[in-house]
Amino acid sequence: MNIIRKHIRLCVQMIFTALTNGYVNGFIQGTIYKGSTKQFCVPGLNCYSCPGALGACPIGALQAVISKPGYTFSFYIIGFFMIVGAMAGRFACGWLCPFGLVQDLLYKIPLTGKVKNLPFDEYLSRVKYLVLVVFVIVLPMLVVNIVGQGEPWFCKWICPSGTLFGGIPLVTMNEGLRSAVGWLFQWKLLILIMILLLSVKVYRPFCKYLCPLGAVYGLFNPISIYRYKVDQEKCVHCKACQKVCKIEIQVDEKPNSLSCIRCGDCMKGCPHGAISATFKKRGK
Amino acid sequence: MKNIIENNITGITLILAGLIFMVIGAFHGEAMEVMRKAVTICLECIGIG
Repeated sequence: MNIIRKHIRLCVQMIFTALTNGYVNGFIQGTIYKGSTKQFCVPGLNCYSCPGALGACPIGALQAVISKPGYTFSFYIIGFFMIVGAMAGRFACGWLCPFGLVQDLLYKIPLTGKVKNLPFDEYLSRVKYLVLVVFVIVLPMLVVNIVGQGEPWFCKWICPSGTLFGGIPLVTMNEGLRSAVGWLFQWKLLILIMILLLSVKVYRPFCKYLCPLGAVYGLFNPISIYRYKVDQEKCVHCKACQKVCKIEIQVDEKPNSLSCIRCGDCMKGCPHGAISATFKKRGK
Repeated sequence: MKNIIENNITGITLILAGLIFMVIGAFHGEAMEVMRKAVTICLECIGIG
């Protein structure tokens, strides 16, 4: 029981990933689930072309709607972002995202010379906002074919989650798809391999620097109902929270930083018990 | 309860607005659009083209 309590986040991540990707037949037959639950989004970056996926990826869904002729704004997906974000900010990144889980597991591989952040971290962490605006919104909406239909640019050119959970299993199991593999698949495979290799050394590089979903949820961190609070009477600014935080957030200064994935390590690592998750107005 | 609502007025307002947005979107046919996309293998997403 203590082991589960100690690794509660990992357990939640694995159970949630298994539940939302529970269509086992898809993996056996090399196809995808076609049931009605696919109209609902899951909170994490979970490709709807994953053979097991029971729901839709919110970033893929956003691109699917706004790239359609007649839609310039998606009430359905923006509403979904508002609900998930306003409830708990980037909590979904830390606890419910399958690609976050993969990166977490890779970071557990024992290797010397681990680093929390890449050089120029401050600038690199802004790239995800650029990815969100350019690849998820502007290009799918504006670059259209003769009938006014756009493409999911982020999914097509960047998303490593789609390659890992959708591309690799489908291409492996489905002979028809395997024969259609070309340079685009190789490009996406290269991106995936680079991110996975980097994840062994750096904590969650995709989430920190590239993920458009994390960029959206992060904007809600300061105002979400579930947020962190620092008790200024207990806090001695020893920076133990920053040392234990794998994203190296100055928790005592910015407990609800836009980068925080709500993993809870800072709460466990504070020797004075000054950090808590609260529903009350935040401390700072 | 009153205290929780008062301290989280922005978050609660956004959640309610989000629910209204989702309902508007669903009536606008967006949920069906998501469904249509999600039940066919997305060739772009898996890197085929």
